[in-house]
Amino acid sequence: MAHTENKLNIQTSSWLIRLFLSGFIGFMALFILGPLFWLAIRAFVTEWTFPNMLPEGLTLRWWKVIADDGSLLEAIKNSLIISPIVVLISAVICLPAAYAFSRYEFFGRKTFLIGMFAANAFPKIGLFASIATLFYTLNLMGTVLGIIIIQVLGAIIFMTWIPAAAFSAVPRNLEDAARDAGASKLRVFWDITLRLAMPGILVALVMSFLAAFDEAQGTYLVGVPTIYTMPTKMYALVLNYPVQISAVFSLLLAIPSVLLITLARKQIIGGQLAEGFQIK
Amino acid sequence: MSTATDNVGLELIGLNKVLGGRTIIENLDLSVKKGEMVSLLGPSGCGKTTTLRMIAGFLIPEAGKVILAGKDVTTLGPDKRPSAMVFQNYALWPHMSVFKNIAYPLKIRKLAKSEIEKRVHDALGLVNLMHHKDSRPSQISGGEQQRVALARALVQEPDILLLDEPLSNLDAKLRVKVREDIRDLQRRLGITTVIVTHDQDEALSISDRIAVMNDGRIEQFSTPQALYDEPATEYVANFIGSLNRFNGDFAEGQIQTGSNVVGIRPEDVYFSAHQVPGSHAATVDLVVPRGHFFEVYLSSNDQKIRSFMSSEIPQVGDSGYMRISKALIYKDGKLVKVA
Repeated sequence: MAHTENKLNIQTSSWLIRLFLSGFIGFMALFILGPLFWLAIRAFVTEWTFPNMLPEGLTLRWWKVIADDGSLLEAIKNSLIISPIVVLISAVICLPAAYAFSRYEFFGRKTFLIGMFAANAFPKIGLFASIATLFYTLNLMGTVLGIIIIQVLGAIIFMTWIPAAAFSAVPRNLEDAARDAGASKLRVFWDITLRLAMPGILVALVMSFLAAFDEAQGTYLVGVPTIYTMPTKMYALVLNYPVQISAVFSLLLAIPSVLLITLARKQIIGGQLAEGFQIK
Repeated sequence: MSTATDNVGLELIGLNKVLGGRTIIENLDLSVKKGEMVSLLGPSGCGKTTTLRMIAGFLIPEAGKVILAGKDVTTLGPDKRPSAMVFQNYALWPHMSVFKNIAYPLKIRKLAKSEIEKRVHDALGLVNLMHHKDSRPSQISGGEQQRVALARALVQEPDILLLDEPLSNLDAKLRVKVREDIRDLQRRLGITTVIVTHDQDEALSISDRIAVMNDGRIEQFSTPQALYDEPATEYVANFIGSLNRFNGDFAEGQIQTGSNVVGIRPEDVYFSAHQVPGSHAATVDLVVPRGHFFEVYLSSNDQKIRSFMSSEIPQVGDSGYMRISKALIYKDGKLVKVA
């Protein structure tokens, strides 16, 4: 008798847990996807104001406005050119540094590592203001180079910390084994270390790209009014254009993120690289 | 003279190694014959792995020479030495298949594709892993990974094979089988081999000669039988096999007061109900079954002594006579007499 009662209890509680879980998941989905969904609808409708339950009509007008507006296209072009350059430059600077942080003990190692964090711990706008004064004297205000420098600063932390951790996670005896097999140090780095650290480096590349692509504060301060990127153009859009244009622009802004994360996910969680890390 | 050097597979001369301000290896000499299998045996921290890493080229000694197959390789990196190593946890590359792991050393040597294919297949056949050639290291068992590591070393056709605790990650049953396989393979290929181990059973059963190491030095370098029968130092006597140890001297078949140390192997202690010449009265304190033998604790003349017996096992409390057939006498840790 007590046995059946117990069983009943377990069944009720598991049912309750399931109800709670599905409620929670539903809420989270609504919380995350809801605004995006609303944004997506906004990008394709004419007018949709408060008392109306349904939008007045569907249209591609707002997309055409962007396609026809030279300054908006220019911003998209700038973003798509500048962000990859930033990723490339930060990779060239930071990946060797990450390897050094991971593999060598040198003077100031800890200080540099913590320092990078500290620079990101304070409100960036203060940092940018002082950089702006420096840029004025160096004639970097309103230049692409200035924007690249600002965005590289933001990417450094991702490009150093994540690959450094990835390099550290490569077991030393795998490198030793390759040396023993006859490989030179450079060859070992290429065939073993870099290959095994690649998932971490990919994550860092994606993160830096997104950080550069989304960077608005510093880019606005340095670039406006000569150079606009997609995020800084958003400021102007919100103030000067119909709200639907912003919706379209937001969707465009989200495309690289979604695309990159989807691609990277396949590489990191799926492929043979994951097997190297024994995560599946 | 030339025949003597021709016959030497590995020679270590006066090696010194300091790591982190501490002298790990001090003035170490070792000479291994071609085709010989030698164990470096000792507790952790005795410097055996450091010695192996100096032979492989991962560490460069502060002083001394490493001579491999007649060539001085002391300052060469591991990639330039004719040695191949099997690592303790195998160190297989997880992003390569079994085939690619074994082919890698040959790929580096820029061998022709067909030649690589042939030699990898031969190596896979040697360790019976043909069916796993396309598997990933993570998909095969520990014993199989070990064999892949062995094949990866052998495919290089090294002048010397180095094994760093190759069996320590295997379970007990498999360990005995794999060590026999390794020994068999080593004999068949006639390859000079140095194996590092802390397991005396492993060393005794697999080696032609054993170098017992302690504190960065070689205590004794002999055949397993010689090490067991006449351990040159008290340390070796204690480390290999079991030992009854007494402060004193040995005379007239029993322990006497004295300034030396007497070591007696438990299997050299006999107990019987009847008195024979050279035996002394003793009683049985404890009998512990050990499977194929019994461990019998005796006391005689206020001395406690252990005996290994396999027949006519006495009962606790029995009185009888104890005879010691052999004793090792050490003075200042060095063997002075076998009585």
